[in-house]
Amino acid sequence: MLRAVINFLDELGRIVLMFFQVLYWSFRPPFRFGLFMRSMEFVGVGSLFIIILTGSFTGAVMALQGIYAFGILEMEAMVGGSVALALARELSPVLAALMVTGRVGSSMATEIGTMRVTEQIDAMETLAVNPIQYLIVPRVWATTIMLPALCVIFTFVGMVGCYLVAVVWFQVDYGLFMAYIKSFMGSEDIINGVIKASVFGTGLSVIGCYKGYTADGGARGVGAATTTAVVLASVMIFVLDYLLTAMMF
Amino acid sequence: MFQVADPIIRLMGLDKAFGSQAVLKGVNLDIERGKITTIIGGSGSGKSVLVKHIIGLLKPDAGQILYEGTDMVSLRPRALSEIRRNFGMLFQHSALFDSMDVEQNIAFPLEEHTKKSRREILSIVKEKLSLLELEGIERKTPSELSGGMRKRVALARAIVLNPQVIIYDEPTTGLDPIMTYNVDQMIKGAQEKLKVTSIVISHDMASTFRISDYIAMLYEGRIIEFGPPDAILSSNKEEVQRFLAASSLPPRAIVASGGEV
Repeated sequence: MLRAVINFLDELGRIVLMFFQVLYWSFRPPFRFGLFMRSMEFVGVGSLFIIILTGSFTGAVMALQGIYAFGILEMEAMVGGSVALALARELSPVLAALMVTGRVGSSMATEIGTMRVTEQIDAMETLAVNPIQYLIVPRVWATTIMLPALCVIFTFVGMVGCYLVAVVWFQVDYGLFMAYIKSFMGSEDIINGVIKASVFGTGLSVIGCYKGYTADGGARGVGAATTTAVVLASVMIFVLDYLLTAMMF
Repeated sequence: MFQVADPIIRLMGLDKAFGSQAVLKGVNLDIERGKITTIIGGSGSGKSVLVKHIIGLLKPDAGQILYEGTDMVSLRPRALSEIRRNFGMLFQHSALFDSMDVEQNIAFPLEEHTKKSRREILSIVKEKLSLLELEGIERKTPSELSGGMRKRVALARAIVLNPQVIIYDEPTTGLDPIMTYNVDQMIKGAQEKLKVTSIVISHDMASTFRISDYIAMLYEGRIIEFGPPDAILSSNKEEVQRFLAASSLPPRAIVASGGEV
């Protein structure tokens, strides 16, 4: 038991160390703009479809549940405001981060892990190119910047889903629906959600890259690295979400 | 033990342990400039660990690695990175970047370390490809190439910055006899055309005696024999003789034939 705790803390320390290495190598030339843009495309544009899909259904199901609940009090119009608040503060950053972990975090662990076990990372070092700067820095920055954008999109399409269920299907009054959104939500709710998403983005990409970078033992090792990266990043998202919520609201 | 006249690399008293397992126990070895030195030894004897020290991928627990008189062990990462440009390494499984095609692989070191124009880079890539008889495969990805071709592309990438030293990590492992012979020719050819220093890690005795100017035997973390091929053949060390006897080809015959099969 004690051993497991020590190992966990050791691993955590190494992940934090990797984060600082990423920071260190971020501000030294050469700056790899092309790789950064390619990572942005992979993280952002590549995840767009899945974010729209999960976002719209999340908003729709929240609206459905909300209508039933508020219906008891005959206050269905409040559903817009409550869903907007839930999405902006909690659901969008957390769910978008989990989706991106599944798609992007796992692929980072697999790709970098495969490069590690096939000696491609060693080869890069022997060619006098720093692998952290070349492989990890662009990915971490791209995820840190793109996840907030995905989070905003998630909230938006979530509200579209909510609107379709509440206003179009259940005939909630449009004016009241919008009025409650405006009265419930402030800009700080969106800003705090976006900050959360950014922190999650840094965390999940550092974990994905770290697990890949330290993978060993062939195909099985890469598989194990990917699995632990996804599990660890998902747990990290929930833990950080609690801490950030406690600090922000 | 045998002394070389003009060492480019000197390993002095290298120790390395992983956890409680000591892999290198005081390795002393000089690498002669412009020659092919092969390090032989059984599987797990620490050959790859030794070679990773020479190129700075691993740091020893104790000892010095001198390159042209500079101790690489005490260098800061940036200075080490500068020195590394003098080395090219060919990995056992080639280690080509599989997300890039052949041309991008070979161009990679040039794009990273030189300010050459795209046109110049492409012409150098073309020149290296033709040097290794690989014309016309620029657009192929590593997975589309045979094992032998991948080795040659990896060599092209390793030599593109004109290194002083080329390190080959088990270049013939897993290849058929004809391919092995071709890779031997490739190593010798590179040596003659580029006038570089070559360090080869191998446990393939036939290949070793065909190409080497000097042979060093690593056994239980120490260099127990070092010298020209003849000296290795006539070594009175029991471990060396046992290693030679266990290899299925008669090395004496190969040396006598001047390396031809």
